[in-house]
Amino acid sequence: MSEQTLFKVTVDGITIEVPAGTTILQAARQIGGQVAPPAMCYYSKLKGSGGKCRTCLVEVSKGSEKDPRPMPKLVASCRTTVMDGMEVKNITSDKVIDARAGVVEFLLLNHPLDCPICDQAGECHLQDLSFDHGKSKTRFEFQKRTFKKHDLGKNIQLHMTRCILCYRCVFTADQLTNKRVHGILDRGDHAEIATHIEKSLDNEFIGNVIDVCPVGALTDKTFRFKNRVWFLKPMDAHRDCPTCSGRVTLWNRGDEVFRVTARKDEWGEIEDTPDGKPGWICNTCRFDKKEASDWVIEGPREISRASVISQGHYAGKIGTTKPTETFLAVNGGRAPHLLMDIHDESEVNKPTIHLGKIQGPSHGDTFENKTESA
Amino acid sequence: MQALTNKSQAVNRKPMTLLERLYLINIIKGMLITFSHMFKKQPTIRYPEEKREFSPVFRGLHVLNRDEEGRERCTACGLCAVACPAEAITMEAAERVEGEEQLYREEKYAAKYEINMLRCIFCGLCEDACPKDAIYLSETFAPANYTRKGFIYGKPDLLIPNPLTEATAFAEAKGVEA
Repeated sequence: MSEQTLFKVTVDGITIEVPAGTTILQAARQIGGQVAPPAMCYYSKLKGSGGKCRTCLVEVSKGSEKDPRPMPKLVASCRTTVMDGMEVKNITSDKVIDARAGVVEFLLLNHPLDCPICDQAGECHLQDLSFDHGKSKTRFEFQKRTFKKHDLGKNIQLHMTRCILCYRCVFTADQLTNKRVHGILDRGDHAEIATHIEKSLDNEFIGNVIDVCPVGALTDKTFRFKNRVWFLKPMDAHRDCPTCSGRVTLWNRGDEVFRVTARKDEWGEIEDTPDGKPGWICNTCRFDKKEASDWVIEGPREISRASVISQGHYAGKIGTTKPTETFLAVNGGRAPHLLMDIHDESEVNKPTIHLGKIQGPSHGDTFENKTESA
Repeated sequence: MQALTNKSQAVNRKPMTLLERLYLINIIKGMLITFSHMFKKQPTIRYPEEKREFSPVFRGLHVLNRDEEGRERCTACGLCAVACPAEAITMEAAERVEGEEQLYREEKYAAKYEINMLRCIFCGLCEDACPKDAIYLSETFAPANYTRKGFIYGKPDLLIPNPLTEATAFAEAKGVEA
């Protein structure tokens, strides 16, 4: 590290030394917290990503030590490298706040705002972004764009209307799989993610596009409409997988595995494995291992207090190990007399219906036959 | 001991006089009060023949709303359940298949929707949270029941009558406009 030149950069009045060639966004992320600009298209684990969504715009109030003039326009921090002595204003700049509200408005122009239906709700970057930086009103009074439904195979559900064209999934397919079958077709308002013509995405690592998608455009079909993420328990787990790292987050209801995702860090990006590589997971782990016995559970995943997913969850390890049942021992072997067993009466969460094991979304008939285990 | 307030009074320990010991005057005084109530207006309401008027902000039993075309508005987004402080609401979602478009408004709907009225505290936060105008608290309360089972309200109990197919039941449930 000694031969590397370190540049001093100040973001929102906090100075940090970073190696030359670091982007402003990366430097700000090293400081952490609110100083880091939000990013919708930039993904540090994907080469070439960034520069499209303009949410990470920052003001450079001093170019460098040698040339202290400010940059004339706001710059995309994910694509601009730092200079020695650079001074950056992020949340301390009114121009940035204003520009970001404008960018959010643009991103939401064609967004259907169907969060009540969307499976990404609760962990959606666009929700976070519009909550933090957006305005509560829209000035758009026209028809939103719609698309012909496009099927991407049995595991991945595409909702093109929600897409913000960040290209993350395109980079993922380029860099993780040997042959990319989907991409952006057409231009301008008609630009859409699609395959040419009607192919299914079935590379072993293509499932990672679900994790990189910042919105609900690409979602897990095996989890589709099963439950809301904030009612599930995220648990870190691993399995000995021959193709991938096997380090995942399980989203459980009780002991039932509803969804498997890669582990995500505080920026919503995939966490590195201990050997320093990004922890992409394979389709087998993601879509096919929905049995609790497939996994070695490490413990509950830590979720930020600000996230809705942390609601109703204890902090730390509390509640992860089941308490030993002492009732029979103290009551002379007699079971407690229950006034009502909720499963006898309730039709929700039937012990005979295993939603997690149904491939694809459930339909009305899933719940018709109570003895069916699907 | 010094008194804390100037409202304290020393207990009168003077022995009672003969008239006081007879209690006759006090009994007559008391009887007069009792007797006078016979001529006053009764505060009691003879429920169920007579019913007290509800306050306009009364929060009673929930209903699940339908839109003008009779489609269920609920999309099982779970916001009512997450807002519920008593955790009384549970649901399971399903995907609308072709041919069900006249039944459900959106692509996703609540296949099962349950409110445990034993848990519900009628705070109305579910109504506030609902982004689809699907759940409302009506102006009736949960009827009494002999068993706990009767308080688990499923979708058949909660849904309002379909304004198109069950027009009379809908008009009856809607009642007279105040």
